[in-house]
Formats: sequence, C-alpha cells, structure tokens
Amino acid sequence: MARFVLKTNINGEEREFLADERDSLLDALRERAGLMGAKEGCNNGNCGACAVVLDGRLVNSCCVMAAEVDNSEITTIEGLAEPDSLHPLQETFLENAALQCGICTPGFLMSAKALLDSNPNPTEHEIRWWLAGNLCRCTGYDKIIRAVQDAAERINS
Amino acid sequence: MVTTKKNADAIGTNGYRLIGTRPIRPDGTDKVTGRAAYAADTQMEGLLFARLLRSPHGHAKIKSIDASQALALDGVEAVLTAADFPGIEMSGNDRNGRPADNQWLQDNILASDKVLYHGHAVAAVAAKDPHIAEDALTLINVDYEVLTPVTDVREAMLDDAPILHPGMRTNVQASDVETDTERETNIAMHMRLERGDIKSGFDSADVVIEREFETSWYHQGYIEPHSATAFWNRDGKLTIWNSSQGPFVVRDATAKLLDIPIADITLIPQEIGGGFGGKIPMYLEPISALLSRKTGKPVRITMTREAVFQATGPTSATYNRIKIGAMRDGTIVAADAYLAYAAGAYPGSPVGAGVQCAFGPYYIENQRIDGYDVVTNGPKSAAYRAPGAPASEFAVEATINELSESLGIDSVELRLKNAIKEGNPNAAGVPMPRIGAEEVMEAVKNHPHYTSELQGDDVGRGVGFGFWHNAGLESGSTATINSDGSVSLIVGSVDIGGTRASLAMQLAETMGLSYEDIKPRVADTDSVPFTHVTGGSRTTFAGGWVAYELGIELREKMRERAANIWEVDLDEVEYSDDATITSKPDNEGNEREFTFVGLASKMASTGGQISATVSLNKTSQGAAYGGHIVDVHVDRDTGKVEILRYTAVQDVGTAIHPSYVEGQIQGGVAQGAGMALTEEYFYDDEGLLKNASFLDYRMPTTLDLPMIETEIVEVPNPGHPFGVRGVGEVPIVPPMPTIQQAVYDAIGIRLYDMPMSPRVVLEELLNEG
Ligand code: FES
Ligand code: FES
Repeated sequence: MARFVLKTNINGEEREFLADERDSLLDALRERAGLMGAKEGCNNGNCGACAVVLDGRLVNSCCVMAAEVDNSEITTIEGLAEPDSLHPLQETFLENAALQCGICTPGFLMSAKALLDSNPNPTEHEIRWWLAGNLCRCTGYDKIIRAVQDAAERINS
Repeated sequence: MVTTKKNADAIGTNGYRLIGTRPIRPDGTDKVTGRAAYAADTQMEGLLFARLLRSPHGHAKIKSIDASQALALDGVEAVLTAADFPGIEMSGNDRNGRPADNQWLQDNILASDKVLYHGHAVAAVAAKDPHIAEDALTLINVDYEVLTPVTDVREAMLDDAPILHPGMRTNVQASDVETDTERETNIAMHMRLERGDIKSGFDSADVVIEREFETSWYHQGYIEPHSATAFWNRDGKLTIWNSSQGPFVVRDATAKLLDIPIADITLIPQEIGGGFGGKIPMYLEPISALLSRKTGKPVRITMTREAVFQATGPTSATYNRIKIGAMRDGTIVAADAYLAYAAGAYPGSPVGAGVQCAFGPYYIENQRIDGYDVVTNGPKSAAYRAPGAPASEFAVEATINELSESLGIDSVELRLKNAIKEGNPNAAGVPMPRIGAEEVMEAVKNHPHYTSELQGDDVGRGVGFGFWHNAGLESGSTATINSDGSVSLIVGSVDIGGTRASLAMQLAETMGLSYEDIKPRVADTDSVPFTHVTGGSRTTFAGGWVAYELGIELREKMRERAANIWEVDLDEVEYSDDATITSKPDNEGNEREFTFVGLASKMASTGGQISATVSLNKTSQGAAYGGHIVDVHVDRDTGKVEILRYTAVQDVGTAIHPSYVEGQIQGGVAQGAGMALTEEYFYDDEGLLKNASFLDYRMPTTLDLPMIETEIVEVPNPGHPFGVRGVGEVPIVPPMPTIQQAVYDAIGIRLYDMPMSPRVVLEELLNEG
C-alpha cells in the first residue's frame, strides 16, 4: 500500500491530502477527501452516479485513477450550488420531482450541467442522448428530462 | 369524524386543501446538493472496511476454509466465517407468526456447509483500508467439493434433479392434490386456490386457449448497492447504520441471529438509494456487527455491483401455463393456471402472490390456480415490486389478448365484460370492497391514445392490465407541537421516494396547518414505534392513516388545553379547519379565540408540550388496478423493439402528491419495459452468472424510453381517511403483456418467453424467412 500526496482544486478550494496509489478518483473524493456527494453505483463506468467535472470534462470518477488528477480542477455536486441559492438544475429537479430515492441525482445533475454548459438549448433527443450514461431506476426518466428542459429555459431567459 | 374527511365515493373529486398539490419534498435540498447521507457515506473515527469472499461455483460443499494467510496480512484486523455465529435455536416464528427458518437466513448471508449459488458469501475480512481487504480475500483458501447445479425451475422439479437441501419435502397447502410428499425434492411448496368446477366450465366454453410462458430472473436494479456499518461497543450495545426498506425488521432479525436482546440494538436508517423490495432482506448487518465485536472498531461493508447481481434479490424466474375458456359473447367461463416459480437457493418465491393475482382484474366463476415454490441454484429470490404478479398476470393477459382475437371482440371490451366488481370474491374467496377495475378499463377505452390511429410500417399497438392487492401492516409515528406552532413528525418508514412529503401533507391536511408547518423526520428504531417495511405500496397508505390519527389526537389535546385555560367544558371548544380554537365569549363578552400558534406558545406554562404517538396495523389497504397502452416499432434488421408512445392509466384512490404518484407509475413502467425487452440473467451449465454488471444486464436508459403519459383515476379507498390506495407496485404488472401484444401487432409474431430481446426477435424474424 503506497500513499501519495494528492494536490487538487476541488470546487474552487485548494486541497492536499493522502491518497492510495490504487484509489480511483471516486475513492479519493469519498474516502480520503470526505466528499460523499459523488455516489458509487457500479464502479465500472456504467451508471454515471459518480460523475464529476474534471478540468472542464465530464467524467465517471470511478474510471479515473486518483494519481492522474494531480494539479487538476474538479467540480463535484457539492460545488454546484451558489452559497445562497441553488443552481437552476437543482431547482427544477425539485420542482419536477425528478428524484425519488435520489441516489442517481448527483450524477444526473453533473451530467446535465455539462450538457447545458456546452449546449444551452438541447432538444429532448439531445438530452436523452447525453444522459444515456446515467442510470435511474426510480423515475422512468420522464421528470428528469422535463427538469433539464425547464432548467435550460430558466438559464436562457 | 372531522370535517376535513371527504371520502365521497366519487371519481376525480378532491375538495382538499393540500392533498393533490405538489409541494417540494422536505429532504429535497439535501438530495440535490449531495449532502443527504446514504449508507455507504457513513464515516467515523477508526472505521474498518470489510469485503466478502464469494463462491466461484454454482453449487458446492465447503470442505474447509483456511484464512491464516489473510489474517497475517498487515492491516487485516479480522476474518469471519459462519463458524463465528453464535449457535442459536434455528427455527421459530417471525413477527407475524409464520415459521422463519433462521438457519436458511444465516446460511444465505454467510454459507456454512454448502454454497448454493455463484457469489454466495463464504467469508468476510475487515481491514484498515478497502484495498487491503480486497487483497486479503485472495489469501483465503476454500476447499470446495463441486456439485452439479440446477438453475432452471422445470429441471429442478424433475425426479432426478440435483437436490439442494437434502431431506426437503414438499409442503402441500391444498387438499385433494396428488403431490408426492414423501420424496426428497426441490419443490418446497405446492399451493392451490380454486372455486367452481373448471371441468364443466371448460366443457361449456365455445373457445379455449392454452399457452405456456416463461419469464427470466429480473433484478430490482436499485442504483445504490447494499451497505451496512456496525459498531459493537464494549458495553454490549450495537449501533447499525444501513440502507434498508425495513429498519425494524432488520434490527429484529439481527438480534435473532446474534442472540442478543432487541433493546441492545439501535438501527439508524440512512437515506436509501432504491430498493423495490430488494432491500427488505438482510444481507450484511450481522456480518458487520460480528466483525465489529472482533475488532472493537466500527466496520462498514458495501457490496460491489457484481455481488448485488450475484447474491441479492432477483425476482423468480418462472414457467407458467394458462388455459382460459370463453363463450362467444366474451364471457370467460373457466380458467386454469399452473405457476412454477424458482425461489433460488432457499424457499420463499413470491408464487403465493402470483397465485392470488393471476386472474386479479377479472371475476371468473370457475377457476383453479396451482403454484409451486421451487428451490434452484441461484440467489434467494427477494420481493420485487408487486412480487410474483408480473409473471402470472403477463401469462393471463397475453392469453386474454389472444382470446380477444379468436372471438373478434375488442380486447378492452372483453375485459370490461369480465371485470371484477365490488362484492365479487378475490382468488381466495374474500369479497372485494369498492375497487376501480372497471373505471380503469373505461379510461383506457376512451383514452385518446387508444382511439388514435397508428401509422407506419412494422408498428403495433398493445394493451394490458394489471392488479395488485397492496399491503397494510404496522406503522407508528410521533408528532409533537413546538412552541412556535410547527409540528415535528417522527416516522419509522424510510423515505424511498417522497413519503416525508406525502405523510406531512396528510398530517397538515388533518390539522388545518400548512405543509411547511410540519417537519417530518425519519427516526432510528429507538425513537418511534415498530414500523414495517417501506414496501407493498403501503407507506403513504399506512403512514397516512397514522398521520391522520395523530392529527385528530393533537386537535383533541389542543381543545382540551384551551378548555382548561378558559375553564369551560370541552364540548364548548371548537377546533376549526383553519386551526383556530374558539369558544363562546366569556361573561364580559370577550372573544375566546386562540390561533394555533397562539395556543402553542402557551403550552409550556399550561401543562407542558403536547404530543401524540400512534401505532396502527390496518388491513383496509384497498386493491388497485392499472391499464397500459403502448405503440412500438420493430426494426426488422436488428430485432430491436422501440417504444414510440406509452400511456399508463391507474386507479390510485386519492393522489396525495400527484408528482410522486406519476413518478411511481413512470418508474414502474420503465422496470416493466426492461422485463419485456432487455433484462435477463444468463447462467451457464456450471451455474455461473455471466452478466453481473450494468453493462450486460441491460436496464432501460434515457434512450430506451419516450415520455410516459399517465392518467390518474381516483376511486377513493373506503378503507382510508383520505381514500389512498397504494400506487407503487401496480405499474410494473401490465408492461410485459402490453408490449408483447404490440410486438405481435407489428410483426405478426407472438413471443411467449420474456424478455423479447433483439436477439430473440431477430431469430424469430429470420425463422419466418
Ligand atoms: S460508479 Fe462510476 S459509473 Fe457507476
Ligand atoms: S431517483 Fe432513484 S435511481 Fe434515480
């Protein structure tokens, strides 16, 4: 077991902590840095519950090694809201009841944010295409898609 | 009765102040900001990480386990095997007086003498770091004697099948059946429900259709793997943080297996990331607990996704044979069903509910239903959303769709002709109270989707219906009025999809308060009375009953308090629907009136805080029915079935929070569509599961589904103060037959085995030439 010092910027804050050379980014965020917002649904890239933004790119953090992210900038679900208000996606997810158990929600929010950052006006099909890597077992996706549509409208208005 | 109770026997009426509105759930902000604490998020000083070693065989004897090398690894703190369980009396009854075989319960979570499925846990390791625990697993040597597995339900029923449990005999729950109860077998149980005389019924029928069906194993597929953390303190007190649909049930089972008093365990349920029935059974808690006792430290176990597929929950794979006879006018005169359900490693498939529900939407004079519970080499089946109903009702609905074609009668008309009505007996002979089967069928018949024209090549439409009886069971809660007029509502039901909101709404409605005045909280097992599982579509029903009774009691106590303050008789004090408390003016003509907040602020000086605790066990849950319509397109080159449009109609009694009602329906449709089209378990000849991942067990994604239209029908349940019926389970029942019929309509091929995966559809198309 070999530990190393990981230096990253997480949600705008410089962080330095010990990680294990075998840690994924998801392991490091959760078990070493104490950020429990990204969830582990599968640990092999098939559910999207662990999605975070790494240097501007949406990634499944379970499929990135912690050792790869030294000196990177990471945004997690904990960094999505403003100090005094929620992100429009967070608001529309609540208004649309786009979560039931909520375990998939952090991943969907990070993925949807990355979508709206790159395509502020997606069609329903584009939303479905972009979110196909995020599994939700509770909602049948209907209200999630509507929440993303509503958020796009709110951001653009 | 208070005036907020408006349970008129009418459809679509509401008349409530809050019920039927769509407030934001109280736990919402935590869940969209990543702050909500789920079981795997449990952190504490000194935490150890445990991993489980699982069987690489489908069926084998354990000859020996040698963990010495693992224990010698730096950072490993303890290894656990079944030998570490206290030897306890291995039988007895569960809380409902049913026999509970604790040996099977224990063997399922940690095998003792035999492994019965690929992935069956045999040992556990606790270490300082998760990676060390994983390394240690590779250092445990298990000597197996490999046995022949049997994974198919019909093969397991054969006389010469490999026997999973030596000495097992069939428990026959029927009279006049010829089942052999002497021979050693995998058939754990045979039950039969019958009425009338099916022989004369079939003799009189003009048309008789008989078909055979199979359904695969289907996993609940919750995105959160099971997780449990335990800390066994030096004073003998055990605390557990877990993800479970039934904190109290798991607490009691843990106490039993560990042979300690219930009072020594505090179970603190964490947020739960889906369950659908699969988080009712206990898998990890006693193991975390025993590892904690060995090490003196808290121990967390979180399952891998692979283990979730291999060793937890799927619902039974089934083989079903259905025979239905009808007159030319569409009257169904006889029905016969043979249902064989694979239970997995230990008895307890949901075949009983499969039997109860098979012909649920209909009243048929002469019927017989045989059900078999059969052990097979696979994970012990667990409840999955309307457990047992999708398989048997698929078989019946598909047969009825064929019958409608043979008779030349519209399939919804045919169903209306045979619909079950108030007063008709259910399969067990109990008369139905007011139900909405006909209303749902009428709503389907008149739905613009059903009456619209279908256009294009290789497209087809299907309809299907479903029934689920719902559950009542024990629930308990405490409500306390705070000095600012807010009310703390402490519930024992974990919130798996918006029940904090639906329970708070029902309390607020009863008390004349606003939704925001109620602060619901899910409490640990010491803080609230026994509450049964969040499951069976029961939480909004049973928890709502409790909330209503709490509201009534708190209103009474507020009236009593006002009467004391004013020194008047109780019957001179009124509590109005806007929560003001009044009496007639005093002798000097001064108004006697308290606002709710005004009186609440006086509680401390007038006798102390007001609170109430209510526990109920209601059985008036009320059955529910759904009807679905689907349009599909079949790609002749790939065999892929695409869902173009989907509509789900359902009687929900009264929709408390319509958004979560719709969401439950949509989620059920999505899972049912997975059963119909893409989800299945692949076992090889050695009993090894070949697709234990989300990549290879294909659950529907955003791209596999359209928007799912819902139509809520409200036939209030006479057995609930607000008319609530359970919602969550019915919607998973109709998708299989509905989609099967649409595929037939599109390409003229009827598929009797689920799922209708692209491979299967393509093969059929190629066979046709
Ligand atoms: S946990 Fe990373 S994709 Fe599932
Ligand atoms: S809300 Fe439960 S998995 Fe999406």
